[in-house]
Amino acid sequence: MLRYIVRRLLWVLVTLLLITLITYLIFFVMPPTKPEVNFAGKQPTPELVAEVRRQFGLDKPVIVQYGLFAKRIFLGDEYGWPGLGFSFTTRDALKPIIFDRLLVTLQLAIGAAILWLLVGIPIGILSALRPRSVFDRAAMGFALFGVSTPVFFLGPVLLYIFWFKLGWLPGSGFYSIGQYGFEEWFMHMIMPWSVLALAFAAFYARMTRGNLIEAMGEDYIRTARAKGLSERRVVMKHGLRASLTPIVTILGLDLGALLGGALITETVFNLPGLGAFAVKSVFSGDLYAILDVTLIAAFFITFANLVVDVVYAFLDPRVRYT
Amino acid sequence: MAEPLLEVRDLKVHFPTDDGLVKAVDGLTFQVMPGETLGVVGESGSGKSVSFLTVMGLITRKQAIIEGEVIFQGQDLLQVPADEMRHIRGARISMIFQDPMTSLHPFYKVGTQIGEAIRVHQKTSKKEAQDQAVEMLRRVGISKPDERANQYPHEFSGGMRQRAMIAMALSLNPDLLIADEPTTALDVTVQAQILDLIDRLREEFNAAVVIITHDLGVVAEHCDHLQVMYAGKIVEYGTADDIYYSPHHPYAWGLLGSITRVDEAHKERLHPIKGLPPSLIFVPSGCAFHPRCPYVFDKCKVDVPELLPSDGHHAAACHLPLADKERIYAEEVAART
Repeated sequence: MLRYIVRRLLWVLVTLLLITLITYLIFFVMPPTKPEVNFAGKQPTPELVAEVRRQFGLDKPVIVQYGLFAKRIFLGDEYGWPGLGFSFTTRDALKPIIFDRLLVTLQLAIGAAILWLLVGIPIGILSALRPRSVFDRAAMGFALFGVSTPVFFLGPVLLYIFWFKLGWLPGSGFYSIGQYGFEEWFMHMIMPWSVLALAFAAFYARMTRGNLIEAMGEDYIRTARAKGLSERRVVMKHGLRASLTPIVTILGLDLGALLGGALITETVFNLPGLGAFAVKSVFSGDLYAILDVTLIAAFFITFANLVVDVVYAFLDPRVRYT
Repeated sequence: MAEPLLEVRDLKVHFPTDDGLVKAVDGLTFQVMPGETLGVVGESGSGKSVSFLTVMGLITRKQAIIEGEVIFQGQDLLQVPADEMRHIRGARISMIFQDPMTSLHPFYKVGTQIGEAIRVHQKTSKKEAQDQAVEMLRRVGISKPDERANQYPHEFSGGMRQRAMIAMALSLNPDLLIADEPTTALDVTVQAQILDLIDRLREEFNAAVVIITHDLGVVAEHCDHLQVMYAGKIVEYGTADDIYYSPHHPYAWGLLGSITRVDEAHKERLHPIKGLPPSLIFVPSGCAFHPRCPYVFDKCKVDVPELLPSDGHHAAACHLPLADKERIYAEEVAART
């Protein structure tokens, strides 16, 4: 098992290197962004542009630049470890900025995940136990609504209703716990969490329902009933154990993907998360910022994959890695 | 005569579906004596599994229209409330199923699953239940039972899983064990071992056994009595010898004709029963077997034959006169060899 994990970690490393390399190449191949021109100010002299170019390290061959970038990631740079470089637009160190933004995205993603699990799984279970009942039909209607409502529509609608019209919840923006206290933070996060969680809750409800209905038709459920177990125990122990295991997998992957930034939710609610930062960096040609965000997003996805595989081996005794 | 352990009277199990009423079991009457082995034989859809799932309370009035009586130890199980039935099921009547590959939960250790069955019905600690589970595994002939109890079902072979299922079913010393096609999914060599095991344990545990099967050849030597089912009814009932050596119903002739026999030196083809099992929604008029019966005559299409005894222990539901049956079957056997 340990050998397996080490081997997988090495592959994570290789994947990350490849992804950043491709991002690097795309940056220079795509329509020419010239960060040095942007930074040098209005009507710069050619000498100034060349100087900025040299300072940014853009004068070296692309592959050498990439090598230096990778080296800084591993060994750190003048701003500490890992070396995430500096911003081409402000010349500030990127590490504190990106970590702050990652923290916001983390709060958004984890809060939303708790919400969608709390909503989606119980709905799925109740639906599965009474298929084709009124509750089931209503729940699956909700699920259809949930998966098909885009965040950029739902977000503003909720803001309009609960903030602008009813005034029950505060508007957009991020209010950190450290600065504003728990209540302020929590009230501001309710809508972003809900909006982000809706589609996932709907999807998880459908998936739980499908898995549980399938599990309840299995032979081992009939065996459990034949033993004389209570129906409650049959469902909660034997049915759910089998039907929730695949959901753990999906949850890991969804969380991993979200930690790279929930762009639309962050934009609608004006949250300074990673997704919004990534878009800003792309528009301003901020090479290191783009690379860092790509690296972090890729890291979470590949790492989540690894975690999911390892956790699965613990949940399903039939799965063993060597 | 001793009191029967299980007495089923005029049991009907009908499933309402969009296409119509599926009459899976349609007027079934039989009994099981304490300590005997009853073989229930029929092809898919003959109602053999459904009738015993109903006896177990695993098919309830939520899913089907159920009529009749199921008297077990003097109590009509069809009148017992669901939460009370739970205490009978698994403790006094237990059941093992066709496919041991899928009948055990893949995520729980075998010992835990057997222990769970014990703990539902007895107040024992987890440790005691585990010890009992190990002891049961030993009694069903699993070597190193203490190690095996800590393994998962996928680490067991098919025959071992069926042994584990039997261990689970017998762990509360039931009076009746229902084995629903216990050997169908197993290798031929393992089939015999499992049936021998059931025989041995029936004596050790002093339980009655019902073996449900579609394969008359496999169970004949393990059963005291056999009943042949067709379209939700019993078409023939008798001792194993009655049915194996002098069957009276053309359907039983067909079943016997489609068995491979090693002892008979015939090298020709098997004789399958022609046609398909009947629709249980539009059951044929008269005798349900008449569309497939080679000896059909006018009366068969109109009158439902009754299960009439030809002697004290042998009965068949067929309009053919007894003399004709004996003559025709002798001819069939002669033609086959």
